[in-house]
Amino acid sequence: MEKILLRNIYVPDSHTLAVYRSHNGYQSWEKVIKGLRPEQLIEEIKASGLRGRGGAGFPTGMKWGFVPKDSPKPKYMVCNADESEPGTFKDRLLIERDPHAIIEGTLIAAYAIQSHTAFIYIRGELAFGAGVLERAVDEAILAGYIGKNILESGYDLDLIVHRGAGAYICGEETALLSSLEGGRGWPKLKPPFPATHGLFGCPTVVNNVETLAALPWIIEKGAAAYAAMGTEKSKGTKLFSVSGHIRYPGVYEVEMGYPFMKFLQEDCGGVPNGRKLKGVIPGGASMPVLRPEEIENVKLDYESVQAAGSLLGSGGVIVMDETTCMVRAAWNIARFFAHESCGQCSPCREGCHWMEKIFQRIEQGEGDEDDLDLILNVSGNIMGNTICPFGDAAAMPAAAFIKKYREEFEAHIAQKRCTVIS
Amino acid sequence: MALEFSPETYKKFEAMMNRYPKKEAALLPVLCLAQQEFGHLGQEAIEYVARLMDQPPARVCGVVSFYTMLNTKPIGRHHIQVCRTLSCALRGAEQLTGFLKKTLGIEVGQTTAEGRFTLSEVECLASCGTAPMMQINDDYYENLTNEKVTEILASLK
Repeated sequence: MEKILLRNIYVPDSHTLAVYRSHNGYQSWEKVIKGLRPEQLIEEIKASGLRGRGGAGFPTGMKWGFVPKDSPKPKYMVCNADESEPGTFKDRLLIERDPHAIIEGTLIAAYAIQSHTAFIYIRGELAFGAGVLERAVDEAILAGYIGKNILESGYDLDLIVHRGAGAYICGEETALLSSLEGGRGWPKLKPPFPATHGLFGCPTVVNNVETLAALPWIIEKGAAAYAAMGTEKSKGTKLFSVSGHIRYPGVYEVEMGYPFMKFLQEDCGGVPNGRKLKGVIPGGASMPVLRPEEIENVKLDYESVQAAGSLLGSGGVIVMDETTCMVRAAWNIARFFAHESCGQCSPCREGCHWMEKIFQRIEQGEGDEDDLDLILNVSGNIMGNTICPFGDAAAMPAAAFIKKYREEFEAHIAQKRCTVIS
Repeated sequence: MALEFSPETYKKFEAMMNRYPKKEAALLPVLCLAQQEFGHLGQEAIEYVARLMDQPPARVCGVVSFYTMLNTKPIGRHHIQVCRTLSCALRGAEQLTGFLKKTLGIEVGQTTAEGRFTLSEVECLASCGTAPMMQINDDYYENLTNEKVTEILASLK
């Protein structure tokens, strides 16, 4: 399979402009800014079938199309580099090894919506990556790809690298915009959507790093070439971050529709130490865990993973072998969400902490038999009752762990200790 | 003496204020700058930034308390942050924290007596494929073992 997103990362000095340019870098930007009208560009990306890689899988071209063309307000383009979903580290790889692909993609997207100010919002902890991006932006400014009258096209565009300061929720697009406005990272009610009321109340598009990094290739090779890869509804390739009990952890690029089990066993080397697979989270900690028998015929695309009862999400694949205490794993994830809830909506603010406490007491041998239904009840009361998808992201995995490994939870409660780890 | 930016830092501050379509957008970078300059963001630093940015101190305080990287209390020269989230936990993060506690003689959330190390547990740092890991100040240390941690600690003065 031809690599689209990881095509440059193994080239020495892939983060520099010189190397990027020697691999056709910025030719797509030049093609777009000199020869395509914004409407043509949007149609091209719609035709490619590219969907948002941050987790939601929303069609990228359609998202751009929602930005009003006649608005008198400035328009903003934002690259979401706030990668924080547990089990996900693909964007970090692109940021550190192929920053110019992200920058070029951001410029292309900005042009599509006719934005003259773009941002890359990078999570604060990624100090090294932010430095790489900042130096790459400086190089691109000097080369004339960013700034006034870019490549004598008459088009002006600024790009600002903005660092966060530690908050998972800022990966949610409206929270990111609140943070970028200088506030707490609080999500906002949708509608109105950022496309009409985003940054400072102006039309704004937020796209994930991986989504944007695919754009230069799509422009270079054409929408049809991209759409020829993948499945009917999930086009192109996708990055998967694989971690946990797996022989070769890392970031993999696979064509959408690739068999999940084959991917784990062959590409990633399977579960090491002769142990058996116990469960897999396919799309980052927000997504329901799947048992081995549930992934047997699953393919790595949005529809297939959803049909199996989970979601592809960010492609953060967390593998757990037979030595994993699922009570402890569920508690770990519940603790994450309790720590990261922004506190705006009561069901999430209260519910996440309750779920964490109940999982903790079960783990510590102090749970009782009603606790499992209590967690399911709390989880059910969070689902769909919050401003942003964080509530669902906390509720779904908690319920899934209990439903799928109930016998282990019950044994843990009855024996007042872990029955997996002796 | 009241807290204030050094002339060089003040120049950086002014550049930040001019970078954004609206100046309030500079608050987060300015707070990070202030933390670099003052070590942590106590009440005096918060009030100073609020004055500089023409914002109510309560609002600035609300922003500071929201973000985990902004410290309202003094921390050690080397802030050790061990990732505790699932992928790292599956590969020995808890053992790593235990080793650090024992080696440094402190609990999570504490600073060593001479002010050299502060130990914290944090949530996912996007380094799951190289677990277990820790961040010390700006740097990531990955695929950790007790031996590696011992060497790293010895190299930090």
